[in-house]
Amino acid sequence: MSEQTSTSVATDAPTETLLRVDNVTLKFGGLVALDQVNFEVRKGEILGLIGPNGAGKTTCFNVMTGVYKPTSGQVTFDGDRVSGKPRYAITRMGIARTFQNIRLFPEMTALENVLVGTDVRHKTSVPGALFRISRVRGNEHTLPVVPEGGNPIVRAWAKVRLASARTFGVSRYIAEERAARDKALELLTFVGITAHADEQAKNLSYGDQRRLEIARALATEPKLLCLDEPAAGFNPTEKARLLDLIRKIRDLGLTVLLIEHDMRLVMGVTDRIVVLEFGKKIAEGSPAEVRANPKVVAAYLGVPEDAA
Amino acid sequence: MIDKLLKADGRRLGFLAKMGDRWRAIPKGWRFAAGLAFVLLLVVLPRVQIPIIDPIIRTTKIDFTTVLFTVAMYIVVAVGLNVVIGLAGLLDLGYIGFFAVGAYSVALFGSPQSPLATKYPWLICVPIAIAVTMISGVLLGWPTLRVRGDYLAIVTLGFGEIVRLVAQNSAFTNGQRGIGNIPYPPGTWPEGGGGFLDPAWGTLPIFGSATSLGWYWLALACVILCMYASRRLEHSRVGRAWVAIREDEDAAEIMGVQAFKFKLWAFAIGAALGGLAGALFAGKQAFMGSNSFDLLTSILFVAMVVVGGAGNLAGVTLGAILVWYLPERLRGIELFGVELNTGEYRLLAFGLALIIVMTFRPKGLLPKRYRSSQPPVVAEEATA
Amino acid sequence: MHFDYWLDNFWSLSVGGLTQGAIYALVALGYTLVYGVLRLINFAHSEVFMTGTFAVIIAWDMLGYDLNAQRPGTGVVIALLVAGLVAASLTSAGTALLVERVAYRPLRRKNPPSLVFLITAIGASVVLFEAVGLLTDRKLKGAITLVQPKEVFSLFGASVDNVQIMIVVAAVVMMFGLEQFINRTRLGRGVRAVAQNPDAAALMGVNRDRVIMLIFMIGGLMAGGAALLHIVKVGSAQYDVGFLLGVKAFAAAVLGGIGNLRGALIGGLLLGLAENWGAGIFGTIWMNVVPFAVLVLILMFRPTGLLGESMGRARA
Repeated sequence: MSEQTSTSVATDAPTETLLRVDNVTLKFGGLVALDQVNFEVRKGEILGLIGPNGAGKTTCFNVMTGVYKPTSGQVTFDGDRVSGKPRYAITRMGIARTFQNIRLFPEMTALENVLVGTDVRHKTSVPGALFRISRVRGNEHTLPVVPEGGNPIVRAWAKVRLASARTFGVSRYIAEERAARDKALELLTFVGITAHADEQAKNLSYGDQRRLEIARALATEPKLLCLDEPAAGFNPTEKARLLDLIRKIRDLGLTVLLIEHDMRLVMGVTDRIVVLEFGKKIAEGSPAEVRANPKVVAAYLGVPEDAA
Repeated sequence: MIDKLLKADGRRLGFLAKMGDRWRAIPKGWRFAAGLAFVLLLVVLPRVQIPIIDPIIRTTKIDFTTVLFTVAMYIVVAVGLNVVIGLAGLLDLGYIGFFAVGAYSVALFGSPQSPLATKYPWLICVPIAIAVTMISGVLLGWPTLRVRGDYLAIVTLGFGEIVRLVAQNSAFTNGQRGIGNIPYPPGTWPEGGGGFLDPAWGTLPIFGSATSLGWYWLALACVILCMYASRRLEHSRVGRAWVAIREDEDAAEIMGVQAFKFKLWAFAIGAALGGLAGALFAGKQAFMGSNSFDLLTSILFVAMVVVGGAGNLAGVTLGAILVWYLPERLRGIELFGVELNTGEYRLLAFGLALIIVMTFRPKGLLPKRYRSSQPPVVAEEATA
Repeated sequence: MHFDYWLDNFWSLSVGGLTQGAIYALVALGYTLVYGVLRLINFAHSEVFMTGTFAVIIAWDMLGYDLNAQRPGTGVVIALLVAGLVAASLTSAGTALLVERVAYRPLRRKNPPSLVFLITAIGASVVLFEAVGLLTDRKLKGAITLVQPKEVFSLFGASVDNVQIMIVVAAVVMMFGLEQFINRTRLGRGVRAVAQNPDAAALMGVNRDRVIMLIFMIGGLMAGGAALLHIVKVGSAQYDVGFLLGVKAFAAAVLGGIGNLRGALIGGLLLGLAENWGAGIFGTIWMNVVPFAVLVLILMFRPTGLLGESMGRARA
């Protein structure tokens, strides 16, 4: 199945640019962390960003997601400048990310972590959440349910609420919360951890925490999903499942940027690869091209074939 | 030794949690009925001699109704400060400033002695007071909520002190002389009292100086309203955003949560509740001097939230009761032949409590056990 | 606003401000040292200073020099100053170590969020000043005016007296002594190492607990010096003296760049000046508002302070 997907994409290779890194230089004091880096992420592709430790991968990633502001040069996403915007605004533009060292909200349940991600698309204001006045037409999801049998007082009350919801509509707050919950559950199913939805994030297993991070990022409805070493600490089985997940995400129509130093993983899933070394881009191209590039071999691989 | 203490404490916590679970297992209707009965009990508490309970809780040296009013008013403060400290995780040491702004707003807009001389009735002054405190909360939060959390504590401390200095020294607030004749809500007690009220009150103003009962009922209503509002916010996207910010502000922001906006809202809402409590205070006192707003009271505010259990409404209520009721109850009681002077030792005791509780139970005496506001998923799927 | 008053009295306001600022600077050192190493605001440091002021008065009292005493001769004055310094330094350092032992160390093993430390420190602060307040009946405790202010020279019409010179010189000397200690000695190197990277320092065999005790102790010693100078200047002690002074000293530390030793000196002196000028312009009742306003402005526009946070890493 995996081969099928990669070949089908190779035939109609995406060309439209989603994100462009334009001559980006970043200095910390005297240290040049990124030096005139140029590349683009095309719509619908899986792009790998690789390089040896300390090559500036995560720094580059942080510039692209607006955590750092480049010293010179700029990053554009969908035609808009990224640098200089507040971080939440960048997420709203459609860039979502996960963290190399997992940063979930440990006390919250898995479901709630994902709900925080959906927050971006909520319209209810703070007074709106308090007073819940604005109304929308109810549908089968949001209208109150009259229980079968049981306490007659409870049933009568539910009927009154149902009638009032039919006439005056249900509060937009409730409609949004229901929609968000449905979506969050859908995403938990998508990454395969529905069974742990009610558990606190800190109690999830390591692999599930990584999956939860992906679900939370997807909840922001991004166009570009940036994964920072999502396979760190995974065993081969888990890695294979992760590869499937990444492909599934791409099949949803999302673009994926993958930072990884597990070569096998990167080679297996990406459409194109950008290689950084000492803050400079040293190569770019399809996995096969990059693998054949002598500079990359010298800098990173050491030996032509992945010796592991 | 300490390990043993901690273990015993763990068992107590487990017991608390079990009690909580049992309570939540009761059907909603019954819980509602029980809550209603409890509120009714609170309403009649000052006027009814309840056997067994009464001799335990009734204060001897000070009018019980007045103490109940004071505690209810400070519960409003605790609920407001809980939004700031417990939910959003912002340590505000100058919360007394908002309380003072609310109280002075009522005094300035309502009293004939104030330079404004608008002489609005109390009920109009309250929304004005809330609006003014919300604005002051935003004005204070705007520059300071961007700084590191521990700096915020010091800056808010400064705010509280500045409010006190302004109140004490500016001509606008009549300085040390203060403002008197602050209005109170309308209404008089019915004649005769119907067997429940004191007939001596007949036709006296409900919110006058004859009894604190009217004020107590008003404050109780405010407590219920504020708790309801606070729960609504807590269980909405707003509460989720606050918890996310408290847990990891950077991650929350990268997930698209407008951290600054929500922190500012937490500040404004907290300030509004502080202002409401201040308005109650001003109306009840009928006189406003600046001596009531020292920073040590502000530290007692923090103590009631933190010692009680930040983030948990039951916890902060317990905190308010410990800080404002217990000393009044213990006042004048003789222990080993020495009369307890609880007013004098209150701060010392709560200073110690801050250290001990933080060391042994950093989440407070009644800690918030994190519980999702979402209905469970897994059980739902199983039954469906 | 009285700008003309400010202009007319510019030099005398400045001299007074620098004197007060020198005391702020010494107290600010305590905040800066602890923050530099632990990244925590030691809220109880104000009480460390306060206990020092009482130690001076009690020491002089015990030596027979209270408010009613005869004015002593020069030799005795020097002896009394030394005795006061010893008493204040020992008491303040002891208080600081006590605070560390009670409010910080039991928590440090659990690694809680930094707000928890702040709250226990507030608790320790309240306990200390309430205890002293109860012991002293919340009354002002006076001491002998040991050094009679005498004009030494005049600066553009403003008189500069011996007490002011003594305070500023003593503060600057202590300050540079401390800097030499931190920069030159082995113990000081340990402090710097822990400030820069606690984990690496631990791996290199630096005992973190000992370094932390050391910085609390040094902060206490400096606060003790400040307490003596305060008593020489003001002449009396009160249980709540530390509260405002502590917040001002903290503002001074932030102004100079918290974690930076020289920053504490610069920040203290500048804050003293700003406060006195503010008092001149807006009236003395607004004097205490100035430090808070300065603090807010600094945090808004230059959160790392004037000289930067050199002992630690600046973090936004």
